Amino acid sequence: MGSEESQRRSTTLEGFRVLGHAIRREPGIFVLSTLGSVLFAVLTVADAWVLGWATDHVVIPAFETGEIGAGLLWAVLGLFLGVAILRAVGIVARRLGAGVMQYRMQAHTRRAVTRQYLTLPMEWHQRHPTGQLLSNAYSDVEAAWAPIAPLPMALGTVVMMVIAVVQMLLADVVMALVGLLVFPLVLVANLAYQRLASPLMTHAQGLRAEVSEIAHESFDGAMVVKTLGREGEETERFRAKAHELRDVNIRVGRIRAAFDPTLASLPNVGVLVVLAVGVARVTSGQTDAGDVVTVAYLLTIVSFPIRAIGWLLGEFPRSVVGFRRTRAVIEATGSMPHGGEALPTTPVGARLEVDGLRYSYDEEAPLLQGLSFDVEPGRTVAIVGATASGKSTLTSLLTRLVDPDGGRILVDGADLRDLAHGELARSVALVPQNAFLFDDTVRGNVTLGAEVPDEDVWAALRAAQADGFVAALPHGLDTRLGERGTSLSGGQRQRISLARALVRRPRLLILDDATSAVDPEVEARILATLRHGAMGDGDSTGGSDTTLVVVAYRKATISLADDVIHLQDGRVAGRGHHADLLSSSPAYARLVNAYEQAAHEAGER
Amino acid sequence: MSTTTTGPQTSGTRMDTGEDIGAIDTLRRGVAISPELKEGVWATLLLAVIASCGQVVVPIAVQQTLDRGLNGPGGPRLGYVVWMGLAAAAAIAVTSTASYLMTSRLFATSERGLATLRIKAFRHVHDLPLLTQNTERRGALVSRVTSDVDQVSQFLVFGGLIFVVSVGQMLVATVLMVVYSWQLALVVWLSFAPLFLSIRYFQRKLSAAYGVVRHQVGVLLGAISEPVVGAAVVRSYAVEDRTQRRIDRAIGAYQSASTRAQKFTVVSFSLGGISAGLANAGVLIVGVLLGFTTDMTAGKVLAFAFLVTLFVGPVQMGTQILTDAQNAIASWRRVIGILETPADLVDPGPDGVVLPRGPIDVTFDHVSFAYPDGPPVLVDVDLHLEAGTRVAIVGETGSGKSTFAKLLTRLMDPVEGAVLLDGLDVRTIAQESLRASVVLVPQEGFLFDDSIAANVRYGRLGATEEEIRASARELGLSEWLEGLPRGLATKVGQRGESLSAGERQLVALLRAHLADPDLLVLDEATSAVDPRLEMQIGRALERLMEARTSVTIAHRLSTAEAADEVIVVDRGRVVQRGPHRELVAQEGSVYAGLHASWIAQHDA
Repeated sequence: MGSEESQRRSTTLEGFRVLGHAIRREPGIFVLSTLGSVLFAVLTVADAWVLGWATDHVVIPAFETGEIGAGLLWAVLGLFLGVAILRAVGIVARRLGAGVMQYRMQAHTRRAVTRQYLTLPMEWHQRHPTGQLLSNAYSDVEAAWAPIAPLPMALGTVVMMVIAVVQMLLADVVMALVGLLVFPLVLVANLAYQRLASPLMTHAQGLRAEVSEIAHESFDGAMVVKTLGREGEETERFRAKAHELRDVNIRVGRIRAAFDPTLASLPNVGVLVVLAVGVARVTSGQTDAGDVVTVAYLLTIVSFPIRAIGWLLGEFPRSVVGFRRTRAVIEATGSMPHGGEALPTTPVGARLEVDGLRYSYDEEAPLLQGLSFDVEPGRTVAIVGATASGKSTLTSLLTRLVDPDGGRILVDGADLRDLAHGELARSVALVPQNAFLFDDTVRGNVTLGAEVPDEDVWAALRAAQADGFVAALPHGLDTRLGERGTSLSGGQRQRISLARALVRRPRLLILDDATSAVDPEVEARILATLRHGAMGDGDSTGGSDTTLVVVAYRKATISLADDVIHLQDGRVAGRGHHADLLSSSPAYARLVNAYEQAAHEAGER
Repeated sequence: MSTTTTGPQTSGTRMDTGEDIGAIDTLRRGVAISPELKEGVWATLLLAVIASCGQVVVPIAVQQTLDRGLNGPGGPRLGYVVWMGLAAAAAIAVTSTASYLMTSRLFATSERGLATLRIKAFRHVHDLPLLTQNTERRGALVSRVTSDVDQVSQFLVFGGLIFVVSVGQMLVATVLMVVYSWQLALVVWLSFAPLFLSIRYFQRKLSAAYGVVRHQVGVLLGAISEPVVGAAVVRSYAVEDRTQRRIDRAIGAYQSASTRAQKFTVVSFSLGGISAGLANAGVLIVGVLLGFTTDMTAGKVLAFAFLVTLFVGPVQMGTQILTDAQNAIASWRRVIGILETPADLVDPGPDGVVLPRGPIDVTFDHVSFAYPDGPPVLVDVDLHLEAGTRVAIVGETGSGKSTFAKLLTRLMDPVEGAVLLDGLDVRTIAQESLRASVVLVPQEGFLFDDSIAANVRYGRLGATEEEIRASARELGLSEWLEGLPRGLATKVGQRGESLSAGERQLVALLRAHLADPDLLVLDEATSAVDPRLEMQIGRALERLMEARTSVTIAHRLSTAEAADEVIVVDRGRVVQRGPHRELVAQEGSVYAGLHASWIAQHDA
């Protein structure tokens, strides 16, 4: 509670601190736009002066004498236009400068935030829905830097205000002090506004993220929504949050609606008070009427800067909230530290050792409980286990998408955690169960930006049995696949994903049931290629030198392996050649022979 | 070899960008979509007039008090000062109250209207055909119901009505000016002529520039959401740098689009200032010249100069609002664009026929399908499936099997021919009835970031935990469910990613079973499940499907063997159909070939 209270109280200060960040980051453009604003302010005063000059020296003499020199008329035109053009220059410098500064700061923050998205570990991503991350990167960034737009204007008018205040003090100290009471009142109004608006705006930014979250998830699952006819329920879910956001925004609006006219009328009220005091002082002879007029006029001039500053302060609560929310991402820790070790650069397959591996999503139900095995270079090992036995988790651990709770994984004797960033990816490739494709061309999806000649891309596609359908695409390798490859069938996506791994010529290739959507016949060809090193005509593109770890159910796949590891209850329940395990382990036989058994039973019916 | 493949459908069923909707049209359509915006608009306008009159009246009252009351020729007039002071105080009170009421009303109506717009657009996205949904990145779609809508709000609150009031003030000032001196009024209007004439030009430029800005927001969100969703691939291939470069490009493009739009804004705004200078000079000069020939006096010229400020203020306010408006309108267009994208799988609505419950018979009446601009995927498929049969569809990848399933469940409509359920064209069946009777379980079942129970309930809202457990028992999934650390309360994570692919399929299957359909379509629905469990489920489904029709797309021999009938699809055509035993006996047939490769795999 206490900290929340202090947080609220310091919104104004924090708002200035946020602006301080921006000014330190972009000092040049800030100075430029502020100068523009000062120029504007000075010329606004000059405009009044030109009008006065023209009245005294041109208009009145002309009407009195009945004649006028052309030179004077030109001077009037020149003066007015000169001031106007300079003022326009001021406007351009101020507004364009403020815009450029604002957009630059947005870009800086967006780059920092998205860098974090790419650096933070998978476990962090599981806790932060995509829609929320989108909101952090867009809406919160916009909010954080919104006060930059009115900043130069507010600063420029401060100059105006200082001049006015000094003149007031010179005219009559007592009345000036009375008039200056406006300032503490402005401060009070601002404090009240910040205190009332801040919590609501914090809430509103949170709700914006939730609205974005629901939208992203719901659009992501659009097909399920459609097939089960749940459009109505989804809309209800969205409506509830959208209405919550609406209600908070309306409450914020009421506060804002009270704040703006309060700031606008305070100087006017000040003028009236000055008049009251002034009349008393004039009648008692302490001051003359002219000074009252001067102070009152100056006070009306002050009202504009106060409003301009009000616009600035009005943005603070949202800015502070947005800034905090983006900071939370930028300062989030938990990135995976990388070591400095490198892996050898030979075409020979890698040696894999898994030693006492432990991992659990839930402490009460450990998934992997001291898993140990090793795979010699160039060997093919099949991992077989029931659904939810931890096979996919194992593949995530092997490619260091997550780190184990206990135990270690060594590739060529090096602990994965000691390897430099990018080292593991250079030698080890994972083909996941669900192929993820980018909204990019076929080539882009295979190379992921690496410099790879087309013939190697085709060789990888051939090995993945994808060359046929890719060649039939309208633009071949240059065909764009749409977000997540929606234009391809599941089996086609899997084969592109496989080619992506193969083109890297990994020394350790991990296939996580990566051909489940591929026809048996095609799958058989893929496996034969992988197994017999037929890729790229037996050159070093993987082939038999590659160490292969395959998570599989199909017997054709399993029987190609040199060795089978049967995973059960988080441990290695059996290891050996397929045929040996079939005879020695009834549990294993039950698991992999299910199809034949079913066929057998069907035959008996 | 798979030859006929689904070509990439990048053109054809595009999402409407709304780009070709004009500004006035945008407002009109926008208000039609959100009728709340019209509520009490006249009262708000009245308040706006009072508030903005106050902005003029209060300074004048103060000035009058000073000039005549305090600084008058006969010394301070106390009574006048007191009365004027009280009048000014009253004016301040009235003005502030009117301003408060106006702004809070504007906030309330525009937020209500925008919530409606947001919700309608969201709903419409779900009503769009699958193909259209897939033409836009999810992140960009999200931007249309989030940031685009937010952008409109600013304008509605601080723009719309103030603009109307500004134009009003301009007209009043013009009338006053004409009454004073029509010649000088003409001078003022001539000074502003270049500004007024250039407004259309700048508006067009700004409209295009802000259109680009809003588009780039969509691109930006798309560029960010993609690698976030594909975080595992980005990490396991260590392509963070390249991905960051792509995001940075989108960030940079948005930045430069914004800067460009700002340039137009600034130039058009600064033109207003120059016009004002020209007007001031013109009034003094022409005023002086008029003094030689007409009854123009110095006092009149100076009074006129004051009138000019009354004119300049609203003009500047108006141009400012017009430039801001383009940003809002560009956003509004994009949201309206969604609503204008035809939902071409039209729900027949209340006219829709309701399917009778009970096993459904299926007819494909000369059905052909092709993606827009793509090669044919299904060609003249003509077949009838008896109610209550178990049908397996087999064929190579890309042969059109999944398209078959999507047409059957009306995720897409055929290009030619018709799909009939119980003799009714699916296009005439009410969506609600269709979705209740026909359920598709796709290969990659999407789960929501919630518990298993909540995800399963998606199939039947309001199902009790007991019913869910009973369903799981029927499918033989109890053991798996009980084995989960938190059972039904287990959180599945985003897109269900805390579960394995096999487990996600189990949840999707459970969900479909609970939905209790009369026609169940399984598209490789158990491909990631271990063989033992798959066989168990298969047997359970056989039992459960006895009184229903089921269509299963399968790779597995066992599924085909267990089906009443097998339909073999090859290159978009049905080439064989009949029971497994008959088909396998047809030597040299497609099915015999598939069968041989299955046997080879499993006897290995």
